Parts: sequence; C-alpha cells; structure tokens
Amino acid sequence: MSEFASGTLTAKNIHLSFGSNHVLRGIDLHVEKGTTASVIGPSGSGKSTLLRVMNRLIEPDQGDILLDGRSVLKENPDELRRRIGMVFQQFNLFPHKTVAENISLALRKLRGMSKEEARDEALAQLDLVGLKHKADSRPANLSGGQQQRVAIARALAMKPEVMFFDEATSALDPELVKGVLALMTDLAKGGMTMVVVTHEMGFSRNVSDVVTFMDAGVVVESGPPEQLFTNPQTDRLQGFLSDVL
Amino acid sequence: MDILNQLAESFFDWEAIGEVLPKMFAVGLPNTIVLAVVSGIIGTALGMLLALMGISRNAAARWVARIYTDILRGLPPVLTILVIGFGFGPIIRELTGSTSPYPMAIAALSLMSGAYIGEIFRSGIQSVDKGQLEATRALGFSYGSSMRLVVVPQGIRRVLPALVNQFIALIKESSLVFMLGLLASEREIFQIGKDAAANTGNLSPYVAAAIFYLALTIPLTHFVNWIDARMRSGRPEKKEPDEAAAVVGKGAQA
Repeated sequence: MSEFASGTLTAKNIHLSFGSNHVLRGIDLHVEKGTTASVIGPSGSGKSTLLRVMNRLIEPDQGDILLDGRSVLKENPDELRRRIGMVFQQFNLFPHKTVAENISLALRKLRGMSKEEARDEALAQLDLVGLKHKADSRPANLSGGQQQRVAIARALAMKPEVMFFDEATSALDPELVKGVLALMTDLAKGGMTMVVVTHEMGFSRNVSDVVTFMDAGVVVESGPPEQLFTNPQTDRLQGFLSDVL
Repeated sequence: MDILNQLAESFFDWEAIGEVLPKMFAVGLPNTIVLAVVSGIIGTALGMLLALMGISRNAAARWVARIYTDILRGLPPVLTILVIGFGFGPIIRELTGSTSPYPMAIAALSLMSGAYIGEIFRSGIQSVDKGQLEATRALGFSYGSSMRLVVVPQGIRRVLPALVNQFIALIKESSLVFMLGLLASEREIFQIGKDAAANTGNLSPYVAAAIFYLALTIPLTHFVNWIDARMRSGRPEKKEPDEAAAVVGKGAQA
C-alpha cells in the first residue's frame, strides 16, 4: 500500500555538545517504517538539532543512528543524506536556478541522469505538488507556500526512505500553511516515513502516529497523540500544552 | 585673458592632439586593453584561488591567503610594479632571453588585482546564506560539490559590480607600467601621451590620453550601475496569487 520505499529510522542515546552547551542529552527516537513521528517542544529544546544529527549534517558526540536496523555512522554521510529528504523552515531553494533546475540538479549530479531525464523527473515531481506551470520561474517569484512545495518536491525527487520536516510551515503566512500541511498529510498517508518538527499542534495530533515532546535536550514524554494531548503525564508537557493550545 | 589663452594653448592645442591620435589608436589603446584584460583574467583566477583558500577549512591555506592579501593590498601599486619589474625582470631575461618588460608588467598588475579580487570573491561567498550549504548537503552533495555548484556561483553573482569596479581600477593602474621602460610598440595610452608631451613641450597629448581613459572607464562605470540596479530590483515577473496552495491536498494521492 505504501507508494514510497520507506525505511525505519532509529536514534539511540544521542548526545551532542557545542562547547560547554550540552544540547542533546541522550535522545532515543524510533520511527517505524511508513509512520509519522512529530517532535514538539519549546524553542531551544534541541528539536531541529536532533534532525541535523540524524542525517549527520552535525555529527553526534555519542550514540547510534540506524536506518533499517543498520548503523549508518560508519558509512559515507553524503550517501546517508541521499536516503533522507529534508525540508527547511526557510525553504532554502537555490535562488540562482529555476524551479525545475532546483530539482534536477541533484538528479543529474548524484543520480547520474541525463539533462532530459532529470528535467522530465523534475516536472513529474512538480506536477505532484501542483506547480508544473512554475517550472521555469525563479524561486523569488513564487509565494512562500509555493516555494516550500518546490522544496518538498526537490527532496522527494531523490526517492528518500525518510523525510525530515524542520518547522516547514513556521515561516509561512497563515493562509499558506494549510496547503503545505495538506501536502505533508498526503505524504504521511501515502506511507512515507516522516519526522516532523513542528509547532502545528493540529498536525501533530491528527496526522502523526507518535508524538515526542522534547525539552532542554531530553525526551520528556513520547507516545500516541491522543495520550499526550489528552492525558499528559508530566508537568513540563502540561505547561507546554497550556502555553501553545 | 593672457592666462586663459596660455591654458588653452597648453591643454587644447588641437594640432598636437591630432598628431598623437593615430598612435593612440594604433599602439596606446590596444596595449592598455591588453594589459588590463590579460591581468584582469589572471587576477580573477588568482583571486578565486585566494578566496577559496581564505574560506578553506585548512588553517595553513587561510594563513597563506591572508598574508598574501595583506601585503599586496597594503603596498602602493607603483612600488609593487617597480619591485616586480626590476626584481624579477633580469631572472626572466636569463631564463627566456626576452628583454621585454611587458610580461613583468602583466605579472605585477595580475598579482595586485588578484589580492583585491580575492577579497571581493571571499566577501561575496561568505555573504551567501548558510541555509544554502545546508540544503545542498542535505540532498547528499559533498562539501566541495556544494560550494562549487551552489554557494560559489551565488557569491560571484553578488559581487559582479565590485568586480567591474576592480577592472576599472586596473585600466587606470595599467598606466603605471611606463616606469618599466616599455619598448616603442608596447607603450600604452599614458606613455604615448607622455612621450608626445615631452616631444612637443605641450600638455595637450595628456588631454588626449585622458579622453581615451574616460572613453573606457565611463561606460564601464555606467555598466556597473546598470547591473547593480538590475540585481537590486531583479527581473520583473508578476507573482500570481497563491490559489493553488490554498486549495491543495491533491499532492501524493494523485
């Protein structure tokens, strides 16, 4: 039933310090194949850093990361990142390239596709996010919502086994958030393995299979959304929810 | 009125200007352009190398670039040209048998402009948002490929106006190579004017030289302003309202 070649992602006892600042203090996270895990928590709790450690944009000081049961820490990190798509708060599209080129660049250089193949694939991905007609525009001429959908298409074009979303809707105008969330919901329902760092409590509650609440570099609480949102066990989660809901 | 007449005769002796024009066009102008363009190209290549060394993760490379840049930017151009021309000229003469100071002139101009262009490139590359490198690496590109394919091209684009300004400076600085004693066929605009002024005892050939320089530099200055304005405002293209995004949901189930 899954339309994606999804994988299972596990982070074990992840520690990371920047100098004397102990940012991640023994994080465990398990995301079963085809499921969506959302990570919530106050700013500065280490959520975004955790994503970057799990695709090795930042190397952890300690701990292990497993994709489909195999440790990836000894493998080439560039290879790992080809298997994990990432979507950023600020979109990070390449402003000097067209929308289609944003997607075809990695297909040509990393997947070895010809120019024509890569463009065809880019157009197919753009069609899925409803932006094929923007293929030859520059990112600056797109709205924030459209840019983020292109960024999602760019990540999906690499046929990732897991998708990371780092506050993907936080930089969007309120009226544009809905479209991007709808697209993310479609991906989750389509069987993509996803880790979603978000401030959208509605999405976290309705779409994710597991919710993880982080604070000050530790996982405070984790479980099915109904349990966390209706029956929080810790003071910290209760406090957080009463602040954001 | 005597003073005005005297000034007019010293600077606007049309006969003297007319006499120097053929040589300006045949010898001076081509030499100035060759000096500026060739050292501009070499300086750009050197500048790119220095910029990449300057942002390198290797401390030794950063230091070499830093020291080179500090020295070459800190010296008066006239001193650099003399030291390189007279210092290395004899060595080249021994090695190649060539007595022409022309290659030394180009080398000195290239080494100087390389230092400036290196700083221009470095600031451009460093001004590119960190998210660009992160997004490229997240797709699975190595650090080197990410810099080469995404970060450096954006950095260069931003500093195009500064780069053209540097080329204008190079056109003007090329006048200093007269000190190396160029052969008759190698003389550039300034020296053609200077020779003619010495022969006629009249300053008008300098005015002719000035007009030649301005004919090169003023259009370039306006070209800089034009690209600068265009980069600021961007190519006009109408944004469409985000209606597609507002109704979506047709994503992956399609």
